Amino acid sequence: MAPLLELRGLSKSFGALAVTRGVSLAVAPGEIHAVIGPNGAGKTTLIHQISGTLRPDAGQVLFRGQDVTALDLPARARLGLARSFQITCIIPGFTALANVALAVQARSGSSFRFFRRAEAEEALNAPARAALERVGLGHRAGAVAGTLSHGEKRQLELAIALASAPSLLLLDEPLAGAGPEETARLVALLRALRGDYAILLVEHDMQAVFALADRISVLVYGQLIASGTPEEIRAHPEVRAAYLGEDELA
Amino acid sequence: MSGLFLVQLLNGVQLGVLLFLVAAGLTLVFGVMHFINLAHGVQYMLGAYLAASLGIWTGSFWLGLLLALPLSLAAGLLLEFLVFRHLYDRDHLSQVLATFGVILFLDEAVRALWGSAPLPVPQPEGLGSIVLMPGLLYPVYRLVIIGAGLGVGLLLWLLVERTRMGMLVRAGASNAPMVSALGVDIRRLFTIVFGFGAMLAGFGGALAGPVFAVVPRMGDTVLILAFVVIVIGGIGSIRGAFLAALLVGLVDTLGKAMLPDLLRLVLDAAPARQAGAALASMLVYLLMAGILAFRPAGLFGGVRA
Amino acid sequence: MTALLRRQALPLALLLALALVPVLGVQDGFSLGLLARAMILGIAATSLSLLVGGAGLASLGHAAALGIGAYAVATLDLLGITEGAVVFPAAILAAALYALLTGLVSLRTGGVHFIMITLAFGQMVYFATSSLSALGGDDGYTLYGRTEFLGARLLEGRLPFHYLCLGLAAATWLFCSMLLESRFGRVLRAAKEEPMRVRALGLSPYPYRLVAMTIAGALAGLAGALMANAMEFVSPAILSWPRSADLLFMVILGGVGHLHGALLGALALVLAEEVLSHLWDHWRLLFGPLLILAVIFLRGGLAGLPALLAQKLVQTLDRRAR
Repeated sequence: MAPLLELRGLSKSFGALAVTRGVSLAVAPGEIHAVIGPNGAGKTTLIHQISGTLRPDAGQVLFRGQDVTALDLPARARLGLARSFQITCIIPGFTALANVALAVQARSGSSFRFFRRAEAEEALNAPARAALERVGLGHRAGAVAGTLSHGEKRQLELAIALASAPSLLLLDEPLAGAGPEETARLVALLRALRGDYAILLVEHDMQAVFALADRISVLVYGQLIASGTPEEIRAHPEVRAAYLGEDELA
Repeated sequence: MSGLFLVQLLNGVQLGVLLFLVAAGLTLVFGVMHFINLAHGVQYMLGAYLAASLGIWTGSFWLGLLLALPLSLAAGLLLEFLVFRHLYDRDHLSQVLATFGVILFLDEAVRALWGSAPLPVPQPEGLGSIVLMPGLLYPVYRLVIIGAGLGVGLLLWLLVERTRMGMLVRAGASNAPMVSALGVDIRRLFTIVFGFGAMLAGFGGALAGPVFAVVPRMGDTVLILAFVVIVIGGIGSIRGAFLAALLVGLVDTLGKAMLPDLLRLVLDAAPARQAGAALASMLVYLLMAGILAFRPAGLFGGVRA
Repeated sequence: MTALLRRQALPLALLLALALVPVLGVQDGFSLGLLARAMILGIAATSLSLLVGGAGLASLGHAAALGIGAYAVATLDLLGITEGAVVFPAAILAAALYALLTGLVSLRTGGVHFIMITLAFGQMVYFATSSLSALGGDDGYTLYGRTEFLGARLLEGRLPFHYLCLGLAAATWLFCSMLLESRFGRVLRAAKEEPMRVRALGLSPYPYRLVAMTIAGALAGLAGALMANAMEFVSPAILSWPRSADLLFMVILGGVGHLHGALLGALALVLAEEVLSHLWDHWRLLFGPLLILAVIFLRGGLAGLPALLAQKLVQTLDRRAR
């Protein structure tokens, strides 16, 4: 099957510091592909280049067979690339429902409509409510987003990403800062999404990664040192070396 | 080169240098504190009034100029203490409006104390004119302004680039918490930068006194041109402010001098004069728009010092 | 309908009060003139509030759009055209065009750059109008007469003019409120709070902001056309940059985030200026510090005061009850 997302020889430097060095990888439709690596490996920089907030110095990003390297963040989003942020990025003054409804609005029809009350548009609210239900936040639809708990904000972020009906979800540490209970709930949620969406996941929680991912790529100092199934990665000598002293793989 | 063109060129550089003295403080204060200070223009005006009054009182322009410096510094520090420091952590909009309040107050205070009419300014003694070309005299004082501006520019560059204080200013601009963590009192640093900027603006005003009219609200025009300067130069950049100030000074002066004549090549005399005058006064803003269309952060935006 | 009444009780009460002023016997030219000026500035301030409170765009050159509207009236007057069906659309279009063109450049930047650039463009218009010798240059231009509508001198009478200004102020408020609640306004408000989120959803804020600036410019142009008629005189002074700061102050004083606050702020400012300037020649010595204090202490603005007072009252009653 043709890959949904393909990176070809992606490179990026900040001054003398090479943060991405010739990274090539592919994400197939419906698979959860996790990128792991120690701190400073360049995972977030990679996400930025895939989503379009950073332009790579060299290499290509192909999405659904189309070269999108020259497109910016909004243009790639319109093609069906949705991303969540490491630091929660929601509209704090909007209700949870309005946050998600904005995502529905962005993918369906024009936003240059000036007179009808957007809040009263059931065509926007119904899919938004469905997305909130799906992440288990249905009961908080009316709450102002800024007042949600940290875990709820992470759920909301996921609902926003889902509501934009993407073909690929880019999730930048969706579990960051979540407590054990919230983590369990979010992992179950992500597992439920497998098959419906292709997901590129950057995550520190190794337990969650190995429980969720179909394939795992390991990034060290901007370079991919291994790519394979969870079993292959677990057995990979270089990976074990890179994580030596960190017993997360055990 | 015709003699008249040379004179306009020198006048342009002179305006540029005065703009730089105002813009330098503005860009430093913004660069270090992210504080937008509309009242910077009235500090220029205050410098002009203080120097002129003290010049009359002491009977010497130079003595007046010298005395105006510490007073400008003191006025800047007082304003910082009374008003500005309550606004550092507010949004730009609040800063704009509160400093606008300072302008209203000081413009009116100057009118109340000195009246609305232009203030007579003692001419700098001991300087005559020099012969630029046969038959073309130019006041030495105007060359002194240019020299002083260039000197201050060099001094500032040395201060910011080569001293510990300058290092802190540069570091504080990009990362205030980090500088605080180094044990530097960031508030005091702010106060010092503020006072220094106010003194520079006051110095500019004092120098401008004998050349331009000393009237209430004289700072407003200068303030806006200084804004154009730091937007073109890139906010926070001393070097950018210097080059942009010269550019704006030259474009404004030469445009006003030459555009009406240039337009006469294609228009009749009367419409050429009117269109030329209108166009000339818009020229620096068009320049700014043109530069921003290609470089939204200004010529030296993002590059420090 | 009742929900609307409850939600918008304050603005509706304000508009009703303005409608009742002449009915209650205040009909002299001076008072009504003052109120007309306040309402006209209120229209301009409301349109600015759309930008500041709705889109987070603090323009310091909004008086230029107002001035362009006024100068459109003067220019047409000079050409002998006083027909309202021509004059008003021309004023609105001219101001909208100005806002569109300057928006193209200024919206490429943000934050403090935006403030300075809009200020600079405003000054550009100021100097341009100052050098229009056919329209009196610095001294300004006196209109031959007020704008007519199909030959009828609708704007001449004090009362019709009062209610016209009031109607347009109400319409502006309603129009801007609807805009902010629409899909378009939702994008604007979201981009104000978290532009990255909006971009990640595939929406680039730039065109939305540009449209908002153009609409705000058009409304300011309308206010300018009314202002020219109210004063029967136009000069560069109405678009000098302190007038732009005045408009911003009206928005802040009224309360950012409350559209009707702009009208309230305009009334408060115009009346305060009038009262203070009668008390003392150097009234700005009081006004400047008042402005500073208002910015530092009155954070929610006047429109936020009732809610604040109600909250305080409830707290006090609670404490009593306990």
